[in-house]
Amino acid sequence: MPTLTLLQAVNDGLKSVMRTDPDVLVFGEDVGLKGGVFLATEGLTNEFGKERCFDTPLSEDGIIGTAIGMAMNGLRPVAEIQFQDFIFPAFDQIVSEAAKLRYRSGGQYTAPMVIRTPYGGGIRGGLYHSQSGEAYFAHTAGLKVVIPSTPHDAKGLLIASIQDPDPVLFMEPKALYRSVKGEVPEDVYTVDLSTLRRVREGKDVTIFCYGAMVPVVEKAATQAAAKGIECTVVDLRTLLPLDEDGVLEAAKSTGRVVVVHEAPRFCGYGAEISALIAERCIEYMEAPVKRVTGFDTPFPNTLEHHYLPDDRRVLDAIEQTFEF
Amino acid sequence: MTASLQILAQDGKPVRSVPELAPERMVELFEHMLHVRCVDQRMLKLQRAGRIGFVGTAKGLEASIIGSAAVLDHRDWLWSGLREGGAAVMRGLPLAEYVAQMYCNSNDTAKGRQMCNHFQHKGSNYPSWSSVIGTQIPHGVGAAFATKRRGEDAVHGIYFGDGATSSNGFHSGMNFAAVWKVPAVFVCVDNGWAISVSSSAQTCAESYADKAVAYGMPGVSVDGNDVLACYEATRSAAERARAGDGPTLVVLKTYRMLGHSSSDDPTRYRDDEEVESWAKRDPILRLERYLTDRGVLQKGAREATEKRLYAEIDAVVHEQEAAPRMALRTLVEDVYAETPRHLREQYNAFHAVVERRGEAEPGDGAFPL
Repeated sequence: MPTLTLLQAVNDGLKSVMRTDPDVLVFGEDVGLKGGVFLATEGLTNEFGKERCFDTPLSEDGIIGTAIGMAMNGLRPVAEIQFQDFIFPAFDQIVSEAAKLRYRSGGQYTAPMVIRTPYGGGIRGGLYHSQSGEAYFAHTAGLKVVIPSTPHDAKGLLIASIQDPDPVLFMEPKALYRSVKGEVPEDVYTVDLSTLRRVREGKDVTIFCYGAMVPVVEKAATQAAAKGIECTVVDLRTLLPLDEDGVLEAAKSTGRVVVVHEAPRFCGYGAEISALIAERCIEYMEAPVKRVTGFDTPFPNTLEHHYLPDDRRVLDAIEQTFEF
Repeated sequence: MTASLQILAQDGKPVRSVPELAPERMVELFEHMLHVRCVDQRMLKLQRAGRIGFVGTAKGLEASIIGSAAVLDHRDWLWSGLREGGAAVMRGLPLAEYVAQMYCNSNDTAKGRQMCNHFQHKGSNYPSWSSVIGTQIPHGVGAAFATKRRGEDAVHGIYFGDGATSSNGFHSGMNFAAVWKVPAVFVCVDNGWAISVSSSAQTCAESYADKAVAYGMPGVSVDGNDVLACYEATRSAAERARAGDGPTLVVLKTYRMLGHSSSDDPTRYRDDEEVESWAKRDPILRLERYLTDRGVLQKGAREATEKRLYAEIDAVVHEQEAAPRMALRTLVEDVYAETPRHLREQYNAFHAVVERRGEAEPGDGAFPL
């Protein structure tokens, strides 16, 4: 089994599914011969031709709007938004059109499509190459929101997203593109879009995270173990729909919960996890839920390493759950 | 300024050569236009009686809508805005489904989820419209791309109003369509008003058709109250699209005789004189004069047709008044292909309340978890 980076796994996922399904098309800004600004679509135009992997005019609204029409007429578009920060011109098309089409048409029209987009900080990209906008989209019924954190999941979740009958926002943690490696099967396989992944088992504290925060949390969990605190680490993988039963089970198993994401705290995804636990299993809790998140500010540049949750802040939160 | 295509003057006399249409076909177009007006009339009556919530009429636009859509055949697609429902009926939407949609009742194919005047008809490739202005434009372009990719010969008629020419969707849709050279006809039904905003406040271009130049596609301006001109301009654009020569912008200059909708009072923002001047250019009367002059329509034919149409419409309305109650489960269905667990749980919690109050009916039952 080859060892790939997360970026190579995305590329491999696209190629694998394009080889088996001629209706799958990849398009967006600079995804053609250049292969995308991160090279996620490298080699696609050469292998599949510019009919199946091509550059579009520079309009996110146009990319997503036309992708919806293609999906309504039998194709399986995989549209790339170059940075998640640039997705907002297409917000209307995603939220008001793609997400609502099945519902508003009583199931007569659907938009099976994938929007791939790199998200998150860690590359010194400043305000507009660093954001984590998952909460905007997780609030939208009709969408699925998926964020992988390993090469294996990146390929399997991407293929599942492309084969899914509903529109999927597939957010790729750009900070992990080249920093994580793992074994990735060569064949076409899928990872289920509604189950979380338990990364590490421990009896004392449960930490919920996703995307680029998973390795950060794993590092903090290792440090906690050295101090005698055993952590369960949960990679949520699919934010919408959320594996609520899996969350509750993991929360109950320790009675102490930390939620980690790099997006701002207020109305962030961690608020939903906290509310779910408060509503459904507060009687199991030994301490209040702790959130470790980005600040409620725009994304900084020079100080991004302090904005992003790191192992120090996560470890501190883990320890605080014992101080209650 | 772009010259406006006209075939019939308001007195019904041809001012240039008339398209080769069989007299029976012209009578059909006449009846479809009358049908649009009669349906609107009845819907307004129902709205005033409190039976339905909202009507956006096409009064004054009948020639634009019917003349242009008449060139789209069964393989073609019509991407609509608010006022193309009459075209949907002409192309196969059963009137019962149209009326069910206006009632938003359980016979509505969209399960009552959209407000009034949001039609769809899968059988004739007429997708469901949202209410957001201009978003359907790139959809039509993407779908036309799919058509072209499969080597099919369908044409996509993409409809929108004058206000939509200011939207993102117009810009990206027109641009992508021209770059991709897709089989699309952009039909701008310029009725002079985007709710209360006049065309002069919408653009500084002399004609909306001029906008086509910037995208590298032809743009034609048409007398939108002349059904034969609307037909001819759209036919030629559709032919061009079908031949693989790319998209065209067809601007049909017409006038919305009534308010934006049944909720709008147009006297607050426009002059009576303007409305009266357009009343003298009635599109139905123009074709009626032409057909009467040619002896195709007999005296009294219009009244007889209207009587028949009203009887048909009233029968359908009567039927739709008695639709069964909407199934409560439709609250959470069709959000996804399969209703996910959290929605089933939300519904079940609601259903428990309904059941306790004795309001549940068979078929409303809880989902298995």
